[in-house]
Amino acid sequence: MNHRLESVQTVRQGLKDVNYLADDGIAGVVFLAERLGKPVLVEGPAGTGKTQLAKSVADFTGARLIRLQCYEGLDESKALYEWNYKKQLLRIQADRKSDSWEDVHDDIFGEDFLLTRPLLEAITSNDPVVLLIDEVDRVEVETEALLLEILSEYQVSIPELGTIQAKQIPLVFLTSNNTRELSEALKRRCLFLHVDYPDMEREKEIVLTRVEGISENLADQIARIVRSIRQLDLKKAPSVSETIDWARTLVLLGIEYIEAEQAKETLHILLKYQSDIAKAAKELSIDK
Amino acid sequence: MLDLLSGFITELRNAGLPVSLTENLDAMEAIKHIPMEDRDAFKYALGATLVKNNSHWRSFETVFEVYFSLRGAEYAIDGDKDADEFWREMQEQQRQGEANGSSGGMEGLSAEELMSILMKALMAGDQAMMRALARQAVQRFAGMEPGRPVGGTYYLYRTLRNLDLEAMLEKLMEISRQEVGGELTALEERLERDEHEDQIEKFKQEIESEIRRRLVADRGVEAMAKTLRKPLPEDVEFMHASRDEMQNLKKALQPLTRKLAARLARKRRHGRKGPLDFRSTVRHSLSYGGVPADPQFKYPRPAKPELMVVADISGSVAAFARFTLMLVYAIQGQFSKVRSFVFIDGLDEVTEYFRNTEDISVAIQRVNTEADVIWVDGHSDYGHAFEVFWNKFGKEIGPKTTVLLLGDARNNYHASGSWVVKEMRQKARHVYWLNPEPKSYWNTGDSIVGEYGTFTDGVYECRNMRQLESFVEKLA
Repeated sequence: MNHRLESVQTVRQGLKDVNYLADDGIAGVVFLAERLGKPVLVEGPAGTGKTQLAKSVADFTGARLIRLQCYEGLDESKALYEWNYKKQLLRIQADRKSDSWEDVHDDIFGEDFLLTRPLLEAITSNDPVVLLIDEVDRVEVETEALLLEILSEYQVSIPELGTIQAKQIPLVFLTSNNTRELSEALKRRCLFLHVDYPDMEREKEIVLTRVEGISENLADQIARIVRSIRQLDLKKAPSVSETIDWARTLVLLGIEYIEAEQAKETLHILLKYQSDIAKAAKELSIDK
Repeated sequence: MLDLLSGFITELRNAGLPVSLTENLDAMEAIKHIPMEDRDAFKYALGATLVKNNSHWRSFETVFEVYFSLRGAEYAIDGDKDADEFWREMQEQQRQGEANGSSGGMEGLSAEELMSILMKALMAGDQAMMRALARQAVQRFAGMEPGRPVGGTYYLYRTLRNLDLEAMLEKLMEISRQEVGGELTALEERLERDEHEDQIEKFKQEIESEIRRRLVADRGVEAMAKTLRKPLPEDVEFMHASRDEMQNLKKALQPLTRKLAARLARKRRHGRKGPLDFRSTVRHSLSYGGVPADPQFKYPRPAKPELMVVADISGSVAAFARFTLMLVYAIQGQFSKVRSFVFIDGLDEVTEYFRNTEDISVAIQRVNTEADVIWVDGHSDYGHAFEVFWNKFGKEIGPKTTVLLLGDARNNYHASGSWVVKEMRQKARHVYWLNPEPKSYWNTGDSIVGEYGTFTDGVYECRNMRQLESFVEKLA
């Protein structure tokens, strides 16, 4: 079996080339996922780049990204496959006179009448694919079971057609915001990756790569302030995406060095609760 | 290697982590692809296959450190060639920098010199240097002897006392101030302090892992793993939690309440066992020509319970009461109304504290400082507190109310006042008692939980997060 990824370093470098700065844990797990052919369950606070990870991996491996957004009430006709009833009906009506029952019966359950949904599409594709199953914690426990077959065997069983095997093993990423405990069965099949807020150096790097025209000094200062804010006991700590937004704002405002006054005025970009803003302002003593 | 790994996994299971057989096999497969010499990658490979819950990560890390701290060239305790070389190099630099020609090898350094190197390393955030220094500090100050039956914390304490990192922090701050040349603004001051604290914290961790490494070398892996075994966050007992564990518990509480609220809301929406909706069924039957082929059911709308929490906040059970209050208020959307009362020997209502603030920890703070809970001597008196409760608030208990009584029922041999509980139960929908003590301690000494228990709908042991969670789920 030929592998797409050579070593942990390749992954890291590859991700860096598409502007995603991975730490050792992230790069290691992505590498393992490819080697072992196992899906990755990515968990962590909102806005730490879980979805972005899948996108970036697709980007640097040159694979197609297929995304399944999960929500309550998702079922197999939206996730796996569906029969194209209208087409089937047309087929039956079209040759009402000519064909025998047997022919029609076999024909209307052929692949022509199958509408592929993301999961089926991911395994039937000929090109390499990265499959992203986003916010898997939003579906009900029962629906989770839909995913099990495809995640462990990379196959889909359709009663009328038989089992469809994967043409290639897709790289699968499942993301979860941890609003509920996922089932043991699902967890067991996946590699687990917890993406936390980055440490200061990495956050600085992220700001530097993602925000255009930012000076090193400012990025450093931003990363430091954000780290201090995250140490506070807040309702919602600032996420990486909020840090980036803040950095962009500061650049737009033409600020080179953050003074207390400016920090206070722009704090609402970083924090979304009034009580958090007040607390941070007080703690960082920028509240006059 | 396989032996080592299976020993490692057994230890993980002993520590309470649920590691299944498939995960075990995955781990074995995974380490084929990652060389053990790359320790971080190796750790993450094992972590990704074996640990599926982030709150278990710390336990995993501890066990990993114990099992693998002696592996890998860089970490071997004997033949420390790399480190020595490194030291000589550093000495060289030192000599060039200060031109005071001290003799080679790290043993030759005086304590002051060591401190000044440490300070530089901390300023520069030099990880490799800090590791070498931690090693040196442990060797010098911890006074570790083989076979000595003391815990790692003792050595840690000795090392840290000699290093005096508190003073180091101040010195570092001083340097920062000098660098700027004058006063720092309040914001800068804070940022610098955080930066230095962070570095010092890293250094402390290096020292800890160095001590652990030496202990493992001395005592062997299994023995060490056993002494370091700590309960998982959800199994930590409220009554005996250390300050560190308390912090972790607090962190664990938030995701837990989110999960709990989501689960309860879902439960409410999906319990579809309502009675037949006659009107709607007839309406739908029209499309089948009047045949009621598609029966419609009403959505059940279970009434949200009203909650009254009466909590003992004296001494040992205070932590438990705090946690329960935090949990209850975090999911207060699941109840139609929550009122809370705290007592020691007097009783006070604290609902207002929670209503006026978004921040639960502030409210808890106010409960601790402002609530008027002392009547005579500040020792628990359940009897008197219950009487006060009954006289003041008894009329407000209605048929929708669920009363939660929290405490260990250690009454200091006062009158029990259990008639209040009996009366309450007649008026309220349910009365539950939550006891943070292990069941085997109930009704020993001055605990009279049995007497109260007979008048309630149930007494529950609530020693840890797991038990508390399952109780609250049942309640709402």
